[in-house]
Amino acid sequence: MITIKELTEKPELFTAGHRACAGCGPAIALRQIMKALRGPTIVTEATGCMEVVSTIYPYTAWNVPWVHTAFETAAANASGIEAALKVLKRKKRITHEHVDVIALAGDGGTYDIGIQALSGAAERGHDFLYVLYDNEGYMNTGIQRSGGTPLGASTTTSPAGTVIPGKTQHKKPIADIMVAHDIPYVATASIGYWQDLMAKVRKGLEVEGPAFLHVMAPCPRGWRSDTAKTMEISRLAVETCVFPLWEAVNGEYGLSPISKAIALKPDRKKPVEVYLKMQRRFAHLFQPKFQHIIKEIQDDTDKRWNRLLKKCNIPQVAVSKT
Amino acid sequence: MAIIEQKTIPLNGDEAVAYAVKQSDVDVVAAYPITPQTIIVERFSEYVANGEVDTEFVCVESEHSALAASLTASLTGARAFTATASAGLALMHEMVYVTAGCRAPVVMAVTNRALSAPINIHCDHSDVMAERDSGWIQLWAENAQEVYDSIIQAFRIAEHPDLMTPVMVNLDGFFLSHTLENVQVLPDNVVRKFVGIRQYPLVSDTQGKKVPFKLDPDFPLTMGPLDLPDYYFEHKRQQEEAMHIAPKIIKQVHDEYAKLSGRSYGNGFVDAYNVDDAEIVTVCLGSTAGTTKTVVDQLRSKGIKAGVLRVRTLRPLPVEDIMRALENKKAVAVLDRSNSVGGQGGPFFHEIRHVLYGAQSHPPIVDYVYGLGGRDMPPALIQNIYKDLEEIAKTGKVKNLVQFAGVRE
Ligand SMILES: Cc1ncc(C[n+]2csc(CCOP(=O)(O)OP(=O)(O)O)c2C)c(N)n1
Ligand code: SF4
Repeated sequence: MITIKELTEKPELFTAGHRACAGCGPAIALRQIMKALRGPTIVTEATGCMEVVSTIYPYTAWNVPWVHTAFETAAANASGIEAALKVLKRKKRITHEHVDVIALAGDGGTYDIGIQALSGAAERGHDFLYVLYDNEGYMNTGIQRSGGTPLGASTTTSPAGTVIPGKTQHKKPIADIMVAHDIPYVATASIGYWQDLMAKVRKGLEVEGPAFLHVMAPCPRGWRSDTAKTMEISRLAVETCVFPLWEAVNGEYGLSPISKAIALKPDRKKPVEVYLKMQRRFAHLFQPKFQHIIKEIQDDTDKRWNRLLKKCNIPQVAVSKT
Repeated sequence: MAIIEQKTIPLNGDEAVAYAVKQSDVDVVAAYPITPQTIIVERFSEYVANGEVDTEFVCVESEHSALAASLTASLTGARAFTATASAGLALMHEMVYVTAGCRAPVVMAVTNRALSAPINIHCDHSDVMAERDSGWIQLWAENAQEVYDSIIQAFRIAEHPDLMTPVMVNLDGFFLSHTLENVQVLPDNVVRKFVGIRQYPLVSDTQGKKVPFKLDPDFPLTMGPLDLPDYYFEHKRQQEEAMHIAPKIIKQVHDEYAKLSGRSYGNGFVDAYNVDDAEIVTVCLGSTAGTTKTVVDQLRSKGIKAGVLRVRTLRPLPVEDIMRALENKKAVAVLDRSNSVGGQGGPFFHEIRHVLYGAQSHPPIVDYVYGLGGRDMPPALIQNIYKDLEEIAKTGKVKNLVQFAGVRE
């Protein structure tokens, strides 16, 4: 596993000077991802916060070839790039032995508007790594709900009102949807566990065919959280099993070390409340009239966690502390 | 240079597209089927399946992705082609603009078909008229032969390092796409040599170093960045500047191709049939020109000085050519296979009438919206239009600026 020292010696391919907010989780994710590359790489990115903050003309934070075309096109872009590389290599019009292709998109660009292109590209089997940086909302356009926004979160299109407690739907299980595409590699990762994240980026690049990496990346602006607590919140998402870390290699699910440790010692699993409390997007849930939503979130978290344990063939049933 | 010996084979318009693409050493084709373009995708799939082409065929899940993938393939350095029609082009709309703005030299065949609703699979030009202002060069073919020739020319035009502007080749749905014609085709090696290997213009990277304009790990470039009010305007202006040099390149390619093949289409921009000495002239696009030329022959045999001007390049609009051809006429009618609802005439009428504003003299000009949803435009209907023009020429008076030809009243 890579050490901090080795990390500092790696070139910054996503460089400083971009305009992301202080404590921006997705920007941290990109830096970690770009330090995990194995060779020549082309990156394509969907419209969204990370595209906007990193490429304000005439500046760019990218030291690799990078292209943006639209909001819903990350996977289609990657398909075109991969197809071009394949044929140009065959015709000996490029010299690189291999070029990796990475598509980056937020939750809006993945769960919602980009899912058709993503599903199509996965079905066609292009050799690329798709990274979803999930900040659980359309942040670039001012914190609107997406299919990845969790139950109870207040956003500008699912505002917590006096009668409606924020978003009334659950998060779509996007990574499971990608496993169902029968692609060689799917994993979840968190910027709070960067070694795990970087190892997964590498694996995703190494497999032949489509790979999908779902990275949880808090957005202090949208989550109304302390900019200094981004890493702590990221880790709590994992420790509460709101966002467990796992990978599915050729469809076989397995827990990643940190989540496995929780599975084996269920008292390590923290209640969701500690996670929710750190984010003011959930503040309204702590009013008496909406507190039942917290229980609903806990129950849903437990249900999904138990389901995951089954898929990973781990017999223990985790007991929640609440 | 002597004209190359060519074989004649039966091809419909769609097949002519596929055949030309097969010969043009295309690297990536990303496409999605839609009537009446489907034959292009099917034929090309057969070429791939039989190993007749060295092309990556990406059979995408939508037209939006078809153009997105063609665009990024092109930016990666590949020669890229796609094809669509109607709803497919409408679904692509966002990417049509993005492709032009990214200066990706994609070539696209558009087999023109009506837009819904009501749903209709037949020919009209409403699909492509919605893309007029997108920044693509637009070539329009009269017959399958011209479809074949224009596709080959399109790669040379689009990829010219000074231009880097996508090109669409329009062919009328069914009238051209599904009608078998005898098409003369050049030998494979001749086409391959004519289109050549893609060249890349040099651009400055962030350090000011000149590097080839493509996604290449050796020369990292950022493409499609966020462009704010301080730069966006200049970049859009550059697209307009490219359109100003486009005529030179279109002409060069058209003339060079003519020497090779023996085939030319007017001066490359407009195809004027009996226009010089004509008193009354119709202006049209695409396959309608064929019928109209026959009607002109009949009228001429009766001593009526009729002519027809077919516009081959709607973008860049050959303003001078159109103006010179029409300014001294006694009456002009525009034949519009699409309508600008509520806009007083079709989009093509607006184009032609706008050109005449700058002319020395202004002939009376009227619009006939015809053929929507594949409604036929038989010779009798065109004869009536010329009859109206004779009347206008005689009286100098326009009774109806815009009419619908061939519709039930
Ligand atoms: C077709 C289209 N619809 C809407 C938009 C407006 N838009 C741009 S970015 C964005 C949200 C991006 O959200 P997400 O993918 O979650 O990325 P984030 O900004 O949160 O990083 C939206 C709605 C657009 N650019 N294109
Ligand atoms: S709004 Fe959120 S995701 Fe966007 S740059 Fe700021 S912190 Fe990052």
